[in-house]
Amino acid sequence: MSSIDTPAAAPVRTSRLRRILDSDIYASFRSSRVTMAAAFIVAAMMLAALFAPLLATMNPFDPAQVFLMNASLPPSWLANGDAQFIIGTDDQGRDLYSAILYGLRVSLAVGFAGVALAATLGIGLGLIAGYFGGRIDAIIMRIADIQLTFPAILIALLVDGVVHALLKGTSREDTAFWVLALSIGLSFWVQYARTIRGSTLVERNKDYVQAARLVGLPAPLIMIRHVLPNVIGPVLVILTINLGLAIITEATLSFLGVGLPPTQPSLGTLINIGNQYLFSGDWWIVAFPGTTLAVLVLAVNLLGDWLRDALNPRLR
Amino acid sequence: MTAFILRRLLQSLGVLIAVALIAFLMFRFVGDPVNQMVGIDTPQAEVARLRQELGLNDPILVQIARFIANAARFEFGISYQFRLPVTQLLAERAPATLELALVSAIFSLAVGIPMGVYTALRRDSALAKAFQAVSLIGVSLPTFLIGILLIYLFAVTLGWLPSFGRGQVVRLGSGWSTGLLTVSGLKALILPSITLGLFQMTLIMRLVRAEMLEVLRTDYIKFARARGLKTRAIHFGHALKNTLVPVITIAGLQLGSIIAFAIITETVFQWPGMGLLFLKAVQSVDIPIMAAYLMMIGFLFVVINLVVDLLYALVDPRLRATIGSA
Repeated sequence: MSSIDTPAAAPVRTSRLRRILDSDIYASFRSSRVTMAAAFIVAAMMLAALFAPLLATMNPFDPAQVFLMNASLPPSWLANGDAQFIIGTDDQGRDLYSAILYGLRVSLAVGFAGVALAATLGIGLGLIAGYFGGRIDAIIMRIADIQLTFPAILIALLVDGVVHALLKGTSREDTAFWVLALSIGLSFWVQYARTIRGSTLVERNKDYVQAARLVGLPAPLIMIRHVLPNVIGPVLVILTINLGLAIITEATLSFLGVGLPPTQPSLGTLINIGNQYLFSGDWWIVAFPGTTLAVLVLAVNLLGDWLRDALNPRLR
Repeated sequence: MTAFILRRLLQSLGVLIAVALIAFLMFRFVGDPVNQMVGIDTPQAEVARLRQELGLNDPILVQIARFIANAARFEFGISYQFRLPVTQLLAERAPATLELALVSAIFSLAVGIPMGVYTALRRDSALAKAFQAVSLIGVSLPTFLIGILLIYLFAVTLGWLPSFGRGQVVRLGSGWSTGLLTVSGLKALILPSITLGLFQMTLIMRLVRAEMLEVLRTDYIKFARARGLKTRAIHFGHALKNTLVPVITIAGLQLGSIIAFAIITETVFQWPGMGLLFLKAVQSVDIPIMAAYLMMIGFLFVVINLVVDLLYALVDPRLRATIGSA
């Protein structure tokens, strides 16, 4: 684009870090306080999830550390609160702060796994559809069209129900995580496939692809090593926006009782548990996981919005 | 034009057949339908007889054809958990869902459009910025959290509104039960319809704002100003009228997702509608209900898409021209 942001051509070799710091994207990142705050929150939550065992005051899933007599204690600053449990305990006597850290871990893990699955599936099918064209393209894109008419949450619910029915006999605990990731993956692949297919259609007629074909490279190799790097750009934005959606979908399914079981709760499961105690006045069981989820999704969405605008050359 | 309508109709039919195929595969191969109907102590001969009677030994193509023919007559078999015809179960719960969807659609339009107009006209006012922030939160907050928040505020803390159920319903005619005619029924509708409509409301607000800003930049608005028309007449007579076409399209297309998202709202508020029935079916793997619900939603989406496309072709002469030449 401009000559300023191509330091690679300069005689002095600049480090990769320097190049990132000099880029337009970084400048636009620094100029938006909201974006920086959102990035900070997302990073902090990811670290908290990663190091949950170190940060938590107890392991909420170790029966030896959980006592039923501590059940439904209010946050420590209220009457009857216990200093040991900063924001109170849930119905089974688990420390809510620790449970949220572990729940965050599960929610983010399902979100990432689901998005990774959706992206892999979508990118793969998009490449195949765009590269080969013809009947394969027609079939894949027709399926995508049909699926696009249904809301993702409905697809996820159906996949979840069907897979659990097919896996009858295995316990829900063992399979819930992967079934959730699968249902999120299968509900969000269409957007990737459409984007990738569109750019692949353009790329496949370019000289370098023709050359690779003349050399006799097999089609999968051309697609992955030559076409993919040239079409992958826009996917970054979809990935970020999808992560927010995936986290919401996971939380919704778990809240509806078809996601993760109470023995390995995600944020959605915790909210579901808390919702049952709302009427007895134990608001904290639902309030803290709920706020965590809302802040996480809001921060991820803000990052996604910013990334979309920053990478869109028309808005610069 | 006729060719376009025909092609579009064929396309819709194709989608419906694809959805029916998926529903059939679920029905036939996810869990054995016979095993669900008989007890453990049923003799083997009885199982085989039932299998023959249900036509499960016929060639697969015959079974598919029979399934589609039954689906066309709204016959989806017997629910595994309730032991009642699925059609009857869905029909009993349809009024609850449809009323909820209708009220929340009205809510999202009645609130979203004025908010969008205001944020477009007074872009820099504090209230407009507040609306924008609210819309961002409305898009980010999951539906069920909004529902819980509303329940906690208005049902648990203030005690103004009920937190679950439909209140008192009145039976109209043979099949329709309505909550719109009693006070408790109307009160029970408020929180669920806000919960369900909030996402659509923010969507409509953002859309109206964007369209309005676009239209206000066009030449005919400048010309209207130059002619000395009153600002009010320009904004509402000229600008708003032209923004409403895409808004109504989107609102129409969203009607389907409102009904699908009602699954979540109905669960939060224990609303006795089709969504709650579907969720219970997913939880207990009641395939006939799942298949029927899938078919029904598929049918709804296809019809809405078809109607919107045809209306577009009727309204927009440019589109008609390109279709005619193609």
